[in-house]
Amino acid sequence: MRISRRIMAGLATASLAVTATSCGGGGTSESFDDTVTVGILHSLSGTMAISESTLVDTEKMAIEEINAAGGVKVGGKSYKIEYIVEDGASDWPTFAEKSKKLIDQDGVPVVFGGWTSASRKAMLPVYESKDAFLYYPIQYEAQECSNNIFYTGATPNQQSEPATDFMYKRSPAAGGDFFLVGSDYVFPRTSNTITKAQVAQLGGKVVGEDYLPLGNTEVAPIISKIKKALPEGGIIINTLNGDQNVAFFKQIQDAGITPSSGYYVMNYSIAEEEISTIGPEFLEGHYGAWNYMMSIDTPASKKFAASFKKRWGADRVVADPQESAYNMVYLWKQAVEDAGTFDDNAVREALVGQKFDAPQGPVEVMPNHHLSQTVRIGEINAEGGFTILEETGVVLPQAWNQKHPSSKGFACDWTDPSKGEKYKL
Amino acid sequence: MELLLDSLFNGVAIGSVLLVAALGLAIVFGLMGVINLAHGELMMLGAYTTYVTQLIFKLPILKSFYNSYIIVSIFLAFIVSGVVGILLEKTIIRKLYGSPLETLLATWGVSLILQQFVRSVPLAYGTGLVISLIIGLLLPTTFPSKIKESINFKYFKFSSWIIAALTGVLTGNIISSSVSKLSRASARNVDVTAPSWMRGQVEIIGTAFPKTRLMIIVITVISVIAITLFLNQSAWGMRIRAVTQNRQMSDCLGISTEKVDIITFGIGSGLAGVAGVAVSLLGSVGPNVGGNYIVGCFMVVVLGGVGNLLGTVLASFGIGIMTDLIGAGRLLSIWPDMPLPLSNTINFFATTSMARVMIFALIVIFLQFKPTGLFPQKGRMVEN
Repeated sequence: MRISRRIMAGLATASLAVTATSCGGGGTSESFDDTVTVGILHSLSGTMAISESTLVDTEKMAIEEINAAGGVKVGGKSYKIEYIVEDGASDWPTFAEKSKKLIDQDGVPVVFGGWTSASRKAMLPVYESKDAFLYYPIQYEAQECSNNIFYTGATPNQQSEPATDFMYKRSPAAGGDFFLVGSDYVFPRTSNTITKAQVAQLGGKVVGEDYLPLGNTEVAPIISKIKKALPEGGIIINTLNGDQNVAFFKQIQDAGITPSSGYYVMNYSIAEEEISTIGPEFLEGHYGAWNYMMSIDTPASKKFAASFKKRWGADRVVADPQESAYNMVYLWKQAVEDAGTFDDNAVREALVGQKFDAPQGPVEVMPNHHLSQTVRIGEINAEGGFTILEETGVVLPQAWNQKHPSSKGFACDWTDPSKGEKYKL
Repeated sequence: MELLLDSLFNGVAIGSVLLVAALGLAIVFGLMGVINLAHGELMMLGAYTTYVTQLIFKLPILKSFYNSYIIVSIFLAFIVSGVVGILLEKTIIRKLYGSPLETLLATWGVSLILQQFVRSVPLAYGTGLVISLIIGLLLPTTFPSKIKESINFKYFKFSSWIIAALTGVLTGNIISSSVSKLSRASARNVDVTAPSWMRGQVEIIGTAFPKTRLMIIVITVISVIAITLFLNQSAWGMRIRAVTQNRQMSDCLGISTEKVDIITFGIGSGLAGVAGVAVSLLGSVGPNVGGNYIVGCFMVVVLGGVGNLLGTVLASFGIGIMTDLIGAGRLLSIWPDMPLPLSNTINFFATTSMARVMIFALIVIFLQFKPTGLFPQKGRMVEN
């Protein structure tokens, strides 16, 4: 189904292209004065395909919505958005290669792409050297602020910090000790460094941490460590990746590490999509922190979920990464219209300060190329969604985390040439 | 005491996952010398069999037997992986005996094909295909010997493949129309949920043990006992051992080495399927599930000594107990007031990643002194 849909989409674009060229710009695109082609670069094959293909679906939907509403209006002309989808193949050098292709060969003004930090780090030098622009939609570990990347996902202070605060002060395990579990790569390690600093500030105690090598599903040693470190229950912060969560939650439940015995897990990588894969029966009563949750009860959120289901199937769900991907397409459109040109440098300037009524609520682009966002803490319920418990006001993004020892006291501001990527506050 | 029991149980639990995964390989690689890189994918087929069985047992007609689906799936997984293994042997591996590098490449290719197969073919039709294979391969062997010896046997064989194909298409369609989850191809990982009687904990001498872990230990123990009995007590087991020790001499004495190869490979592959059931209880089921275990399997077999089941058993429990001792930092709780430099070192290795590094390092050092493993096989084959 997934593949056939992709082929269908490919065929559809191909046939569109054919009609467009054969009719010489007439026919289907008669209501538009011109077209603009953007790049979409995510993994459509390999291990990351499961997650990243949902972003491609969302970005296509956003583009279709914009086109249906009359396209992008630049200098009195209306442009229809077309897209080229490239496959990063879950292979980081491929992301860099395909970025070069999209920029040099296809000449796209903007690329929407990436998921893993590794893929972003691989693409970053390409965009910086060619002075092109990448829009990156995933919550990540921050500690980066490029002039050529626009980050629409949460930084740690927009996800893990409010979550840690909630767990220590207001959760059923409030005041308890912390145990940190994660997959062995950059995001969990950076995130946990920040969490450790924050827990120390709050006056709590981190009694243990462990990292599971990617691909490993043997969690028995971690379980014995958790039981030893937290014999009476406590707070577990989980930054495991993908499938490893399934092994983790199945096995901790069997080992009696459950909310009913006083163990509460706060998750940073489990959204609605993952809950349905792991099974809500293993996750019920644990927590998650995101900017967007499907259960947000606002018209904007409901409309977003409904149009996604209508476009891609009633059994599909929307989650935080998809919402970020959706926002970034709209923010790009707004910035282009304000700038009155597709030129990178003008769009970059127009981008800062853009406001958008996102499904999560209002967001605004900050001078450090990140978004101000709302943070929500939710409890996972039996229906496979989140019951939202808390909602912060708008939280400003910190590209350089103020709790991480290496970046404390630094910030990023691209609107002021004297400040730039990293300046001392 | 409780600590020791807990540690021992954890070690045995980790070891038994390794052992059940490596047991099939110990036979295929150990006894036959075939480097089968598709072993992990045969495990994956076993895991997917468990998933399909689970969904089929959720149908109204079988609903009342739902709790026993896991037992049924053990046998089904053995048959499915065994049959795919036999097909693999008949079509590819047989032509490559004696050329390990080509076998390695070919089986790696097969592993990629199998991974992509479960990604892009709806599981219902995959099940139908496997059923056709099972019927097509097994039906001709059930014919009376009179037909088998007749000159027209090839027509009988051909017609039985037609029956097989029809049954396969039929079951594929039935499953696809009755279980909607199986009617679409998906690269998404799926989940096997243990029946309620297998979830939670059971208390033994004051310590609580997870039931799924106990179940895996039971599966492993039964598999090891069954395979040992088969190899040492049955006529076919004796033939397998004879061929392993001296192929040419066995051939001269009238043992059909071709048949022995098929049976050995089939059993080894079938055990991989059983391992697939075991690992599906621990984590999620996906196209890559087997690949995560393949390195560990080879490690266990090499460490135990190629061609020796006892070695494989000891090696897996050894690695399991070491993983727990190092990875969970047990030494510190056994000897709490050890000198600071030593306790710092132990703490450094007391993470899952570092424990793995440590264990691989220990194995490399061990193999420097005993390159043939714990129990090297003695006999003619080794001298050749």
